[in-house]
Amino acid sequence: MVVLKILIRNAFRNKLRTTLTIFGVAIAILSFGLLRTVVSAWYAGVDASSATRLITRNAISIIFPLPLSYKDKIRQVEGVKTVSWGNWFGAYYIEEKNFFANFCVEPVSYLELYPEFVLRLDARRAFLNDRKGCIAGRKLAEKFKWKVGDNIPLKGTIYPGTWNFVLRGTYKGRDKTIDETQFFFHWDYLNETLKKTAPGRADQVGFYIIGVSRPDLAADVSTSVDRMFQNSYAETLTETEKAFNLGFVAMTEAILTVIQVVSLVIIIIIMAVVANTMAMTTRERIGDYAIMKTLGFGGREISILILGESLVITLTGCIIGILLTFPVARIFSQELAIIFPVFNISSETLYLDLSAAVVVAFAAALIPTRRAIRIRIAEGLRRVG
Amino acid sequence: MIVPAAYNLRNLMKRRVTTILTVGGMALVVFVFASILMLADGLEKTLVETGSYDNVVVIRKGSTSEVISGIERTQSAIVEMLPQIAVGTDGQKMVAKEVVVLIALPKVSTGKVSNVTVRGISHQSFPLRPQIKLSQGRLPKMGSMEIAVGRSVARGFQGVGLNETVTWGMRSWRVVGIFDAGSTGFSSEIWADVDQVMQAFRRPVYSSVLFKLRDSGDFPNAKSILENDPRLTLEAKRETRYYLDQSEMMAKFLRILGLSLTILFSLGAMIGAMNTMYSAVANRTNEIGTLRALGYQRRGILLAFLTESLILGATGGIIGIFFASFMQFITISTVNFQTFSELAFSFILSIEIVAEAIAFALIMGFIGGIMPAIRASRMNIVDALRA
Repeated sequence: MVVLKILIRNAFRNKLRTTLTIFGVAIAILSFGLLRTVVSAWYAGVDASSATRLITRNAISIIFPLPLSYKDKIRQVEGVKTVSWGNWFGAYYIEEKNFFANFCVEPVSYLELYPEFVLRLDARRAFLNDRKGCIAGRKLAEKFKWKVGDNIPLKGTIYPGTWNFVLRGTYKGRDKTIDETQFFFHWDYLNETLKKTAPGRADQVGFYIIGVSRPDLAADVSTSVDRMFQNSYAETLTETEKAFNLGFVAMTEAILTVIQVVSLVIIIIIMAVVANTMAMTTRERIGDYAIMKTLGFGGREISILILGESLVITLTGCIIGILLTFPVARIFSQELAIIFPVFNISSETLYLDLSAAVVVAFAAALIPTRRAIRIRIAEGLRRVG
Repeated sequence: MIVPAAYNLRNLMKRRVTTILTVGGMALVVFVFASILMLADGLEKTLVETGSYDNVVVIRKGSTSEVISGIERTQSAIVEMLPQIAVGTDGQKMVAKEVVVLIALPKVSTGKVSNVTVRGISHQSFPLRPQIKLSQGRLPKMGSMEIAVGRSVARGFQGVGLNETVTWGMRSWRVVGIFDAGSTGFSSEIWADVDQVMQAFRRPVYSSVLFKLRDSGDFPNAKSILENDPRLTLEAKRETRYYLDQSEMMAKFLRILGLSLTILFSLGAMIGAMNTMYSAVANRTNEIGTLRALGYQRRGILLAFLTESLILGATGGIIGIFFASFMQFITISTVNFQTFSELAFSFILSIEIVAEAIAFALIMGFIGGIMPAIRASRMNIVDALRA
């Protein structure tokens, strides 16, 4: 207890300097925490994916469709429980900047495959019964202030024209990791319209979602599906939902790497600032250490004092930084709900914050401690300023 | 009287650890600041240079990129009849009907697949883009299963080197040439005959029609003819505008990310500088008193400490720029969210960025140093000497 009191007294000997340093550490921890959260938000889709779902798409690339007829063939594969399908619709609401994820899907099987999208029973029934009906995530509906029963016109980019939908319900995520900004409507609505306007594009499916009865069947099912369509005009690539989502993350890996490097740089910068503070404090107090040595204190006690002081500074800053992270992250997640639908501070991030603070404290105390231990008593006592 | 600069330099040398740490922190901030500006500049330069001002891209109305656009053959024939289209040296109209699709190829670096643009080209596609030079092999023959790949693709993806064969759409395609399109987006593309690509991918429609204007000022005319023709559902954009629109989101993302990061970082570095300077003032109270007693004015003292802080900032800035300049050797290749296809671009260091970074470093030095310098200049001679 006494030691802690001494450490805090020592740390706040120069109030201005210590306050500034703590402020710097708090800001660094705040930005480090935010960057880590951005990185984990990037992986949100991967983390939320289920082990019993497979995604089948055209092997050439995601932009090529598959024939609708594949659905019956896929159903025959052993281990397949449910098959659903859909297309990326790529439309926007009023203006291009109001972009959000919108898909048309086969609704019955889709909702069965995704139990994490929680929809009230009456809303579900209303959605299934209305071919022009749609459902939207809670956050999305809040953003555009949509109410159930509203008419929602979307402007198509891939499928030209204005498409009108009626909002039949909003879904909630089963927990915080579920994306609540998506928009779904009936695949039949798109297909029947295409049959009239662009018959060449009808009966084509962007992707199939396969529900397997047991996770350990996933590998077998994906090989059998792909083998079935080998050497056809539309070869397939089937992978687990996780691998599929990871593929998307991998495409923007370069940006992710930049963010990760930058979050390391910020730790190094703050290390320099704290190390500077520690170097200055010990320089000013070199006489004190000499006196302590005269009194018989050894190098161990002195290093505990310096390291402890460094820890007091970084940990105080770290706690302030962590406390600040929560409100700032909340603002972030409100403002950027569409880009990062899931923006949660993970406990891992908090542990990383703490360990960063400890590492910085040790690194910053290293050189000053060595110097304080090595100084000869006479030299230390003689030195001024 | 001005305090000699040598005094400042000696002082900085005396407290070497502190000086190195402060300068190091500032150098890192400047490094990040400059790198992010360089990246955003590189991206913009890539996309601006990709288009030519006199070229016009025609895509289906409402589609944001060529990949999701579709133009029927009959519609493309109408576009070809426009009177504003320039005539090339060979007497042919300078117009190219193209199809753009994406294929997934594994990357060299990670082995993971990413989307690469395949462009089906017509005879006029190369003449319309004079910035593209063939660097190895030859051009693909029209009507054959031959492809030419851009430099970034040949370097970044597996299986697309010269004379290698790629299989897609149940056909084998031989790489007969590698072209260099400088720092433009075309370096991230694969080119093959348009009719073969349409056959292989079963895409019966073109993606875009590109033509060169006879006269640069004719664009509004051509645009209004195209967009008011009841038979067409197309829109026309200058090629430069088209490619700028493609990168808007990405450039904005980079700038916002970069700006917010540097502001946060610079707070840290300024605190470092402020600490250093406050400590310098506190440690040198006696010296300040002596200087004042020797006849140096308050203003001289203020200037001396400010200079010292500015030296810290400038050194940090120069070191930061020095290391940032090495980033020019790095090429970033990532998927553009808007087009969903791979795009390679590099860091570009311009004189403006150097100036901005140095100015930024000096501002950090100034903000860090001004308060301590004011404190130093306000010291009372007698008190300072007694301390």
